[in-house]
Amino acid sequence: MIPAGAIDCDLHPAVPNTRALLPYLDLYWREHVLRRGMERDNLEASAFPPAAPINARPDWQPETGLPGSSLPEMQAHLLNRLRPRAAICNVIHGAQMMMSEDLSAALCRAINNWLVAEWLDREPRLRASIVVPVHSPELAAEEIERRATDPRFIQVLLLAMTEMPLGRRMMWPVYRAAEKHGLPIGIHAGSSFRHPPSAGGWGSFYLEDYVSYAQGFAAALNSLLAEGVFQKFPDLRVVLIESGVTWLPASMWRINKTWRGVRAEVPWLDRLPSDILRERVRLTAQPFDAPPDAAALATLLEQLGSDDMLLFATDYPHWHYDGDEALPPGLPAALMQKILVDNPLATYPRLAMAATPMQEAHR
Amino acid sequence: MARHVVAAVGEIPPGGRKLVTIRGREIGVFNLDGEFYALVNRCPHQGAALCTGVVVSRLEASLPGEYRLSQPGTMLRCPWHCWEFDIRTGQSWCDPNDIKARTYAVTVEPGEALAKGPFAAETVGVAVEHDYVVLTL
Ligand code: FES
Repeated sequence: MIPAGAIDCDLHPAVPNTRALLPYLDLYWREHVLRRGMERDNLEASAFPPAAPINARPDWQPETGLPGSSLPEMQAHLLNRLRPRAAICNVIHGAQMMMSEDLSAALCRAINNWLVAEWLDREPRLRASIVVPVHSPELAAEEIERRATDPRFIQVLLLAMTEMPLGRRMMWPVYRAAEKHGLPIGIHAGSSFRHPPSAGGWGSFYLEDYVSYAQGFAAALNSLLAEGVFQKFPDLRVVLIESGVTWLPASMWRINKTWRGVRAEVPWLDRLPSDILRERVRLTAQPFDAPPDAAALATLLEQLGSDDMLLFATDYPHWHYDGDEALPPGLPAALMQKILVDNPLATYPRLAMAATPMQEAHR
Repeated sequence: MARHVVAAVGEIPPGGRKLVTIRGREIGVFNLDGEFYALVNRCPHQGAALCTGVVVSRLEASLPGEYRLSQPGTMLRCPWHCWEFDIRTGQSWCDPNDIKARTYAVTVEPGEALAKGPFAAETVGVAVEHDYVVLTL
């Protein structure tokens, strides 16, 4: 049972439909959307078929509309049951990955406005990640600057698989802005589908597609490491959201081993990659992809090599577990306390700030 | 412990090396700008002939894109998996405290002093007018 007062690091409010964003769009873009009839489309980032089991737990399935689209339901299903002290909203939406950079930025901005008005202002426990146009780093950085005045925005949201590897210098404006404002970079499972989720090409089935996502996360970390993002931005933290956990130790061994031989190619990488990852990367613990028994879980935690890395998350309304058992059974009590409260507080410095927006100079 | 004359100084120019076998042990003797160093010819990783590897600089960068070539000619790159070792200390670049190649003490001594002995000169004949590299093992 999850004790009250935990910090839930991953919930998914859903934009019910594009029409709901119209009041939050700038006038130009409102007319643009209406002219093109885009309000009839819901622009959902649908990596999976609508009825795929991961999309919503059966008991969290609303009678109408998209799972996660209603605040009262989120409160009834989750917030009033688990009674977290804070819960972080991560909106995954087609806006993040559109081809047109300006339209992408306009819709992301509307989503952030919508998040403030319909979620953050109505439920004091909620916090949110800033939704940004992931393929337009300059505009993404502008959106980060715009939202940074509101302390309820505590992270910047990216996807694991985008147009180019996440460590590339082109992305650095995003990291510079995030670091400046104490915002971790949350890398959420997902792809903008410029490339297949598997490096081997397009799969035929949901099964292979979904399982391949872990490779996308490994590639994202490899890129951030190799490109020197952790050296360039010494205060930047990265949170892998919905990445699964148990693939990571093997990936660390592999990069450590290879680094010893080719480190001269990336001379800024001046210590074991796994040491850097343990210091700077965090993972939400849902899904966990837990091994089958407690002994194997203990081994895995030892291999992970740090008590600081895991963050509690329900991943509401996605379906990874039943009842209120949002963490894998068999975690030691001291580690539970860290996962539920201490690690999230250490990861998200803005959680400690008062939830009142600062004077906004340039909206 | 015995002292072994392993080379005449002129035999190993700066940047050069000589492989010798002392008491059955293969050892590489290196000249770094006039200073001599000796390392076992066996990589602590998986046993490659370390001292046959390429001599390289210490490549460093404090930040991505800021490249520095420091201490040219001081690192030995293993021919098998390219781990780098400091010729002067045997320390690996990647794990200097735990992964090291064995080193041996080397001195340069005048032939005149050596002529008095005691030392072992298995392969090198000593002439009083030259200087020699002497390794203690
Ligand atoms: S044997 Fe030398 S690096 Fe592997």
